Amino acid sequence: MKKAYKLLTTRERFTVLLIILLVSAQVYSQLELPSYTADIIDIGIFNKDLPYIYGKGGLMLLISLASIVASIFASFFAAKIAVSVGTKLRFWVFQKVSNFSSQEYNKFGASTLITRNTNDIIQVQNFTYTMLRLMVMAPLMLIGGILKARMQSTELSFIFWYSIPVLVFTIIVVAFVALPLFKKLQERLDAVNLVFRENLIGVRVVRAFNRFKREKERFSEANLNHITIAKRVNRIMTSIMPVMMIIMNFTSLAIVYFGAIKVDEGTLQIGSIFAFLQYAMQIMFSLVMASMIFVMFPRAQASYRRIFQVLNEEQTIQDKEDAIEQTETTGAITFKNVMFKYPGAEMPVLSEVSFTAKPGNITAIVGGTGSGKSTLINLIPRFYDLTSGEILLDDVNIKDITQRSLRSHIGYIPQSATLFSGSIRDNLNLGKEDATDDEIMDAIKIAQAEEFVSEKDGGLDRVVSQSGTNLSGGQKQRLSIARAIVKRPKIYIFDDSFSALDFTTDFELRKALHPHIKESTIFIVAQRISTISNADQIIVLDEGKIVGIGTHKSLLQSCDVYKEIVSSQITEEEMDHE
Amino acid sequence: MSNDKKQQNRGSRPHGGPMGMAMSVQKAKNFKGTLKRLINYLRPDLPKIIIVVIFSIASMVFTIISPRVLGDITTEIYKGFFSPQGVDFAPINDLLTYLSVLYVLSALFAYIQNFVMVGVTQNTVFRMRKDIKEKLRKLPLKYYDSKTHGELLSRVTNDVDTVGSTMQQGLNNLVTAIVMIIGVLYMMLTISVTMTLVALITLPLSFFLIKPIVKRSQKYFKAQQKTLGDLNGHIEEMYSGHQIIKAFGKEEGSIETFTGINKELKHAAWRAAFMSGIIMPIINLVNNIIYVLISVVGAILFINGAIEIGNIQSFIQYIRLFSQPISNVASVSNLIQSTVAAAERVFELLDEEEESRQEDSNIFNDVVGHVTIDHIAFSYKEGQNLITDFSVDVKEGETIAIVGPTGAGKTTLVNLLLRFYDAQSGDIRIDGKSIYDASRSDVRQAFGMVLQDTWLFKGTIMDNIRYGKLEASDEDVYNAASIANVDHFIRTLKDGYQTIINEEANNISQGQKQLITIARALLANPRILILDEATSSVDTRTESYIQNAMLKLMKGRTNFVIAHRLSTIKNANHILVMNDGDIIETGSHSELLAKEGFYFNLYNAQFNKTLE
Repeated sequence: MKKAYKLLTTRERFTVLLIILLVSAQVYSQLELPSYTADIIDIGIFNKDLPYIYGKGGLMLLISLASIVASIFASFFAAKIAVSVGTKLRFWVFQKVSNFSSQEYNKFGASTLITRNTNDIIQVQNFTYTMLRLMVMAPLMLIGGILKARMQSTELSFIFWYSIPVLVFTIIVVAFVALPLFKKLQERLDAVNLVFRENLIGVRVVRAFNRFKREKERFSEANLNHITIAKRVNRIMTSIMPVMMIIMNFTSLAIVYFGAIKVDEGTLQIGSIFAFLQYAMQIMFSLVMASMIFVMFPRAQASYRRIFQVLNEEQTIQDKEDAIEQTETTGAITFKNVMFKYPGAEMPVLSEVSFTAKPGNITAIVGGTGSGKSTLINLIPRFYDLTSGEILLDDVNIKDITQRSLRSHIGYIPQSATLFSGSIRDNLNLGKEDATDDEIMDAIKIAQAEEFVSEKDGGLDRVVSQSGTNLSGGQKQRLSIARAIVKRPKIYIFDDSFSALDFTTDFELRKALHPHIKESTIFIVAQRISTISNADQIIVLDEGKIVGIGTHKSLLQSCDVYKEIVSSQITEEEMDHE
Repeated sequence: MSNDKKQQNRGSRPHGGPMGMAMSVQKAKNFKGTLKRLINYLRPDLPKIIIVVIFSIASMVFTIISPRVLGDITTEIYKGFFSPQGVDFAPINDLLTYLSVLYVLSALFAYIQNFVMVGVTQNTVFRMRKDIKEKLRKLPLKYYDSKTHGELLSRVTNDVDTVGSTMQQGLNNLVTAIVMIIGVLYMMLTISVTMTLVALITLPLSFFLIKPIVKRSQKYFKAQQKTLGDLNGHIEEMYSGHQIIKAFGKEEGSIETFTGINKELKHAAWRAAFMSGIIMPIINLVNNIIYVLISVVGAILFINGAIEIGNIQSFIQYIRLFSQPISNVASVSNLIQSTVAAAERVFELLDEEEESRQEDSNIFNDVVGHVTIDHIAFSYKEGQNLITDFSVDVKEGETIAIVGPTGAGKTTLVNLLLRFYDAQSGDIRIDGKSIYDASRSDVRQAFGMVLQDTWLFKGTIMDNIRYGKLEASDEDVYNAASIANVDHFIRTLKDGYQTIINEEANNISQGQKQLITIARALLANPRILILDEATSSVDTRTESYIQNAMLKLMKGRTNFVIAHRLSTIKNANHILVMNDGDIIETGSHSELLAKEGFYFNLYNAQFNKTLE
């Protein structure tokens, strides 16, 4: 656990000590009270000494007050520390993940990273809060209670040798039985949700095939399975209370009975019976508290581990010490014998890839699924680092340039458009922070997005909802393209960005785009031949290797793989048209 | 990203905040009405609930009598201490036996009461879920399309679960609280009126101390939930868009925004935690004050001979018992609020308007496949005119291709044919019989469907294909899979046809899923087929398999195809060109080209010559 000790500042560590002290004071006061009551009875009542009673009473009030003050301060500090730990962890994780390269990121995946940054941290925070207050209280009260009880009467203490083990045994049995059931319960609930979800998503299919009866049966089964376990688990959990009560009650019974015998023998005071009963309660209570901590611990520990797994992850792509800030560039990209293999994989995804993409040219990349197209394109902005070979920007190896400056020259448009919540203007500012509205509108016009960014919907101020659900796929894609255009980069990367658009828009957009980007280096990865058929150079990939480079016409003659791809999209006679 | 945009509702219920009594509570819109209805809903379990209440009261009564008895034993001991004969064990043994019986009965009754109550609660959950499922089956597709899956799922899971769990606790606590207060008060009065008065005066103290704290903590809890929601939203967005943030170099900006919200959260969170953490100490303080007062007053009263010594002990125990329900009142109130609010959402769903139903009659079981669409007009919303007046006559075995840009409304026609939605005017006839005279199930018997959204469920491949015809034999399934060009692939899998498709259905590729749905449709062997040709991100080999399989599927049937392949379109008997929800051109391929309209442009775009 690398950074664990840094979670608490030195000051906070002293505060923890302070909390322990305060809690100890609190426990001490709690434990004093019953013995004072014993005194009131044995001495005050016995001697009919009223002033004594008042005196003791007053002392007890003072002690109670002291106890609560200690307790409040303890809570105060505990809350501050727990939340501070949570806040810090949250920040560390977020910072770490933000700086992940695509490799680390994809190792985990978005959803688990989100959970680790949210729920897991709350688990740890809650546990810290509970722990700080109870961790000292439970054992202190347990030991202190037993000691104080013995002070009242050593002989009666033997009762605890029976009660405590029985109580502990009960708790353990319940834990052993109930905990695996909880897991099962969750699984059964997931099953119910699954059937339900499937029926929601597939409602058309279910209705079209008239499969109501079958779905009803499936659901009934899942429903029944769930509540059967739910009944069992809940019945066990609710039985804990009566069982605890019986143990405590019979303990009280034993205390009174044996206390009676001792009093008769003359070896015990009446007041002691009182006090003993109180201490018994406190001891039982501390055991319950302790068991609560044991229950919470595994969950918190699991969360803690998951958080630090992220924090301890090595960042594979980092700027070199002497990395250059490449402020100017022509935009020329050269691949020299590039090989890429996932760490631990047998086969490389890309090998022996060499080519040059010149500014002003369109370089298209095609190939079947799994041929390595996306990987190739992802190497250019250094989302991944190649395993061997070189990628040069102008004549400089991109590994020698700062990531920031490298990406400042690249306009990246992914396959599925990612927009963020905020206004359209906010989204486009991602491309260029201080872009004027005119610059933004220009980009939008070029991207064929003007028709839906109209004044009546708010124009540039129109709000895009989270993950852009109030816009169609094609509209989102066009905004995504506009965002890159605003940047006016020297390199454009279109990673299958046109597939969400229909043929007409695809055509119109590229037509409009062309005059504005003809000095840049353009990379297009596409499925549709019509999108790339007039590229300056088409790179055909098959199983990670280049099997053809050239223009559409030349490849139709020379490259079989290319011919295969083209023929699956248009018929023979249309090919002849070309 | 502007911060104030992040105030939208993030997720259903953000988990957050340390445990505490003061949590933010959802309020019902019509509390009384829903409560009444909820009580009515529980009617089938009424006898059980009565048992629960009776046993609960009994258990409480036994619990309440015990301290008195225990005190009496102590009094006996005391008497024995001062008497020359020593302690008289006869009455003590009797009392002990009596007490043991009380303890056992109390625990037993409590156990039984819980046992039964759990049953009632879970049965209610079961019934509610069942009712919701039944209801959903009868709701029109319009309802499904208007709500997100998340929202509907939340009703079934979150809301039903809330009703279940809070009902159990709420009822329990309510009954115990009432019985406890009455019972304990009675017992205290029988011991000493003076002491009871002393106790009662100090009891409201706890209430007055706690109430303002709870109120303030509510404020902080609300703030905490909100900032937590904002923060989680930011995290979700930034992580989902990780690559874009990187591509545009916005890591620093994102972290800055995060830090801001994180700070806000810290501010609210520790205050909320602190507030909820001091409730217990305050309750303890009040308890201790009462404890001290009772000890002192009790001692005085005893000295004056007004009470027995054991009574002091009993009274202290009664005070402890009494303060429990007081502190429970706040949580009981919250629990009941939550239950009713959740129940309200469930009832809302159960009250939705169902779609019209007709009797099943198997009228379309053996159709030839002649489909006539007669002057159909349709729109999803009032006033919005989609299809204004459309007619086409499709003879058996003919293919009609539907083309148009994305979002043109191609699925609308599918929705109308399958009666997922009904046309506002006009008619659709199969073999001369109107689909509006038959039940929806009847109509759907005539059709087979292969959509872009391949819906496969979690089950074996065999089961998924067999979904097309439940009585089909294994041979039939293999046959269908062969024709669909997917049999070979299935057999290369480790478990073959018994391979289980997982929930996200990501253990087989998109292309293969498509082939399996084609096999399913083949098995169903419908006379009229609805087919969506859209395939994306499929490799060329699978693409050709799919094309080939689709061609085989279409042979000899009447086909309505949402077409993406030029070959399909060119060979269709009719082509419907759609845009903006309406049908703008119809005809055969050559006819449409001659018109030099929308279709003409669309066709040419596929072969863009140059970028000039």
